[in-house]
Amino acid sequence: MNSLSVTSRASFGERNFKYLLIGPAIFVLLLIGIFPLVYLLLVSFQGITMTETSTDFVGGRNYAQLFDDARLWLALLHTVIFTAIALPLELLLGLAMAQLFLERLPGRQIFIALLVLPVVVSPIVSGATWSLMFNHRFGPINQIIGWIWGEEVTLLWTIYPHLVYPAILAAEVWQWTPFMFLLLLAALANVDKSQIEAAAIDGAGWWRTFFKIVLPAIWPVMAIAILIRGLDLFRLFDIVWALTKGGPGTMTETISIFTYVKGFQQFETSYTAAVALLVIILLSVVVMLALKRVELSR
Amino acid sequence: MMTINQRHLLRTGARLAAAVVVTVLFLFPIYWLFMISFKTPDEIYSFPPKWYPGRIHFDNFAVLFKDGDAITVWNSFVVAGTSTVIAMFLGTICAYSLARFRTGGEHLANWIISQRMIPPIAVVFPIFLLYVWLGLVDTFTGVILLYTAFNLPYVIWMMRGYILDIPRALEESALVDGCTRWQVIWKVVFPMCRAGLFATAIFTFVFAWNDFIFALVLTRTEVATYTVQVTHYFGGQSNFWAKISAMSVLGTVPIFIAVAFMQRYLVRGISLGAVKG
Repeated sequence: MNSLSVTSRASFGERNFKYLLIGPAIFVLLLIGIFPLVYLLLVSFQGITMTETSTDFVGGRNYAQLFDDARLWLALLHTVIFTAIALPLELLLGLAMAQLFLERLPGRQIFIALLVLPVVVSPIVSGATWSLMFNHRFGPINQIIGWIWGEEVTLLWTIYPHLVYPAILAAEVWQWTPFMFLLLLAALANVDKSQIEAAAIDGAGWWRTFFKIVLPAIWPVMAIAILIRGLDLFRLFDIVWALTKGGPGTMTETISIFTYVKGFQQFETSYTAAVALLVIILLSVVVMLALKRVELSR
Repeated sequence: MMTINQRHLLRTGARLAAAVVVTVLFLFPIYWLFMISFKTPDEIYSFPPKWYPGRIHFDNFAVLFKDGDAITVWNSFVVAGTSTVIAMFLGTICAYSLARFRTGGEHLANWIISQRMIPPIAVVFPIFLLYVWLGLVDTFTGVILLYTAFNLPYVIWMMRGYILDIPRALEESALVDGCTRWQVIWKVVFPMCRAGLFATAIFTFVFAWNDFIFALVLTRTEVATYTVQVTHYFGGQSNFWAKISAMSVLGTVPIFIAVAFMQRYLVRGISLGAVKG
């Protein structure tokens, strides 16, 4: 295996070369990988707030508070709702688009290059863009709905409780459907064509061919796409921040926004540390389970 | 009766029409953003909204440069650029070690990529407390350090994949010819994975450039990036839409140009290297 390390002079420096190479990077990674954990653990057992600067230990008070905090669990629920709706939507739309562009088409490369653009726009900018789009008076969305409806409409997309979720989801799905599209297009292009043709000769219909042959073939890529997007959605912040700041009230508050508000607007330092630790632990469990199942490395 | 040829033509025509509709739908918000940045305030606040500017004018951009707000784009460039260079160097040599010597095995590699997946808000909160103590809030050093750390897992992971793609025979013969190990990395490995280095650097840059939450927490005025500046116009008075759109366009155009150069590596870049594209 280590043919490189045995072919040359095996001095002390040679043997340690591989550790010398990873040293600086690991040092920097520990800074964000281990330090925050240790520091959060420490602070979460203290009682620091905006008015209380004493660093005395207060036991598990902050952790007990986690269980009583309805707003925290609602924020988690909102995050789960956003994920549960946006992820399947992006997946299905992306898959449909990938099917559309799979075969030869005039200008195919140009279409794909243009469709990619939403993915690389900064999420805060796409949030800002959609707040312009959704403006009740000067945005085009209400104007278009007005044309269809036949009279002027004044829908306050970022204020009405029943409209904020569709508004945020529209921006989210707009930005990340092309991500699914790109990955699934690459996966579909690699499906063995002869198998599909053989199925067609055997008289299998489109759906049957899709579920029996295409889906198993693209599943590894699909799983990775779902994993990446699922984890991104769990940290959803920018688009919501730009559109509603978590409002009206706390209706669209995600777990990231909740943590930000607690830590940087209400300055409940120690409680925020407990929340952040909870988030890290929840996510780490998900990531570890996911990495076991998904073939991300080779 | 239609011939097969006619049917094929009809089918392609229908697909082409669908493709145009889909593309227009996805590009429309971007068009709207750019279009607003070229409108006069009167045009922006006209009802019903107009779908194109009366004439292209650049006053909204000129204002940003006159007020000095455009410096935030430069700040974004400095922090994203510097952190990319550092992360690329540290990350690539680390990736070389992981790829060629299997240092730390699968566990280390998996730990590294899992660092990428932790929600930024949970990481940035303790970092912020540390920075307050060290006096690093709102400094270039502080922001660059965090971006470097946050992008390292991505660089290591991607470059590990690219290095695994190149044959090791060349490195072995270079060693036999008397190159030192550092020379092998500089003269053989780096040139061989030039394309991968370039693509990974661009993505790393874009991630830092597009970041909002780290910059929101760690910057105030001195090193505020363009994403933070965009949100400063939210809820403001008179012609703030002009500024939101103009600042957004200033921050988005460089990204679009960068993406145009890396079409081939896009799929691999955004799928964390899992899909070769």
